[in-house]
Amino acid sequence: MAATAKTKQQVEDMSGDYKYGFSTDVDMDMAPKGLSEDVIRFISAKKDEPSWMLDWRLKAYRAWLKMEEPNWAKLNYPKIDYNDIYFYAAPKSQNKPKSLDEVDPEILRMYEKLGIPLREQEVLAGVEGAAKVAVDAVFDSVSVATTFREELSKAGVIFMSISEAVKEYPDLVKKYLGTVVPQRDNYFAALNCAVYTDGTFVYIPKGVRCPMELSTYFRINTENTGQFERTLIIAEEGSYVSYLEGCTAPMRDENQLHAAVVELITLENAEIKYSTVQNWYPGDKDGKGGIYNFVTKRALLKGDNSKVSWTQVETGSAVTWKYPSCILAGDNSVGEFYSVAVTNNYQQADTGTKMIHMGKNTSSTIISKGISAGKSHNTYRGLVKVLSGADNVRNYTQCDSLLVSSTSGAHTVPYIEVRNPSAQIEHEATTSKISDDQLFYCRARGLDEEEAVAMIVNGFCKEVMQHLPMEFAVEAQKLLGISLEGSVG
Amino acid sequence: MLKIKDLHVQVGGTEIIKGLTLEIKPGETHAIMGLNGAGKSTLANTIAGRDDYTVTEGTITYQGKNLLDFEPHERVGEGIFLGFQYPVEIPGVSNLNFMRTALNGVRKYNGLEAMTAADFMKLVRAKAKALDMNPDMLKRFVNVGFSGGEKKRNEMLQMALLDPKLAVLDETDSGLDIDALRIVSEGINAQRRDDTSILLITHYQRLLDYVQPDFVHIMIDGKIVKSGGKELAIELEEKGYASVV
Repeated sequence: MAATAKTKQQVEDMSGDYKYGFSTDVDMDMAPKGLSEDVIRFISAKKDEPSWMLDWRLKAYRAWLKMEEPNWAKLNYPKIDYNDIYFYAAPKSQNKPKSLDEVDPEILRMYEKLGIPLREQEVLAGVEGAAKVAVDAVFDSVSVATTFREELSKAGVIFMSISEAVKEYPDLVKKYLGTVVPQRDNYFAALNCAVYTDGTFVYIPKGVRCPMELSTYFRINTENTGQFERTLIIAEEGSYVSYLEGCTAPMRDENQLHAAVVELITLENAEIKYSTVQNWYPGDKDGKGGIYNFVTKRALLKGDNSKVSWTQVETGSAVTWKYPSCILAGDNSVGEFYSVAVTNNYQQADTGTKMIHMGKNTSSTIISKGISAGKSHNTYRGLVKVLSGADNVRNYTQCDSLLVSSTSGAHTVPYIEVRNPSAQIEHEATTSKISDDQLFYCRARGLDEEEAVAMIVNGFCKEVMQHLPMEFAVEAQKLLGISLEGSVG
Repeated sequence: MLKIKDLHVQVGGTEIIKGLTLEIKPGETHAIMGLNGAGKSTLANTIAGRDDYTVTEGTITYQGKNLLDFEPHERVGEGIFLGFQYPVEIPGVSNLNFMRTALNGVRKYNGLEAMTAADFMKLVRAKAKALDMNPDMLKRFVNVGFSGGEKKRNEMLQMALLDPKLAVLDETDSGLDIDALRIVSEGINAQRRDDTSILLITHYQRLLDYVQPDFVHIMIDGKIVKSGGKELAIELEEKGYASVV
């Protein structure tokens, strides 16, 4: 079956419960529980890292020890015991697989269940005339396989796990790692710097338009493991890349920690489009289990006329703390943030963006759609900041909240700081409840209650969904419906 | 087709329909007339199965089945269509997508395969043309920014696509100019067959010039107080409710 068709089919097959709730029986290679310099040395040694990388980690760890967990978000969760977490878990295979044939079939089967077009020929067969997708799959802590590498390398694109990049392209990594999100940026970023286990590295050379969409699927498998991946994407002058990130995690009773860092850098006239569909396990109907998702994502628009577009569809995780941001340093640079966040049952999401305007004539657009169901809380928190030297800045922000249940909450917390009088800042916000009239109208046309909710919600999110690449949009639409099942009331 | 016996319906704890009895046979077109607040729309909503419309007494039998056992979307699958007095806007959802989902939902309910996008387009274009609808309306969001007349035409388009056995049309004529009224009436007449039934709910006799009913019922305070043929509607128009009833 063609890969996209298969992905669609697989999403369609979803029943009412969390579909990705299977765990895979694979021998794991783990660090001892808890966090210490020894654990960091263990991780670094496991990954056979150069000493500069270890030093960098240890520096972050020491900084982290002196930092405090932030508590300003509208999130309630029990204190995380960092000594009760496995910070490293890798599928037990002695050497990195050279081809897909060497990958544990159990893992491949799991990816198949997830509908990831891991096998190149499948992808080639599946996406007739459409964009191809290269996949870098992160299974717990180690990147399992990178497809399409050859075709990409012909174009000069580097797409590999960040562990490999540390060894193969140390100069590039050293030059950019931690330059957008400094080690001490925040508590979770510092933690990530100390213990990050794998992730993705992308480098698009000058003037190159990446010939296919790049995609990473993250998945948390082992009990009590935190997943700390790092993504670093560098778009050289005049280059373009579209990057997709999909996340799932199996069902577990206990909460799992996820603290990722994503850094994007665009040089002059470069563009990065970064799309995320986040479907981590959200916990059960009573709020038990689920992923704690503390993510720092930031783009530095270093060059003039560069552009970064963040699109995210967040349906998973028990707790989401995430603000994909843009530092608009280059003149005329453009930052965009399109977000759909759905919360159901006892999920909590505190998400939004920061647009920091430093360059002249920079502009940003923020479209945020929050949907709250069950007993969940959904907060948009955003900052638009205009520095004094940034003339003629424009920002447009639109935050819409839709309440599906009367027991859920929607909150909007916009911060606007303007230090230049030439700025034009617009902010619009609406909050509405899904109306009985709309529901009944849909039902009187043959849609059952859940289909009706899914249709209305998808309509509500349309402005954001249309920014997703096609393959993702179909999946994301289904996910919205699935996340809201049983939520009317 | 439809048998309603001694129906009592409460909305929000208030009894609106107070013992209504009505039988509609296949091939028949009935019109229910009455003033505002008589319970006409409540009857339409009850037949369609709206939540919070509680049947406290009486029965509704549809094609020999107890209609009250069915969920609203199942009633659509069974062949009941409600034309709304105030069609609802659904921002972000294209009219085409909405109608295709509806049609394929009904097909699925009846064990038929989903219609392909190409076949559906052909069908919907033909039906829209018959209703003299601007094809742009198909691409726009459901009822968003539609004029009153466009909304009603859109309801007729949906009816034509779903091809119901029983169409309940709630004030489909309200807010229409004379041209639109004629087009909408043609849509209704096209739906009249030996095996289909129509229940028109209306204030005015004017629609009945175009869609000639077999029976006219006058509803006052939750009950049908008088029934007759088409001449009853004319008499009502001439003399007013007070002297007819």
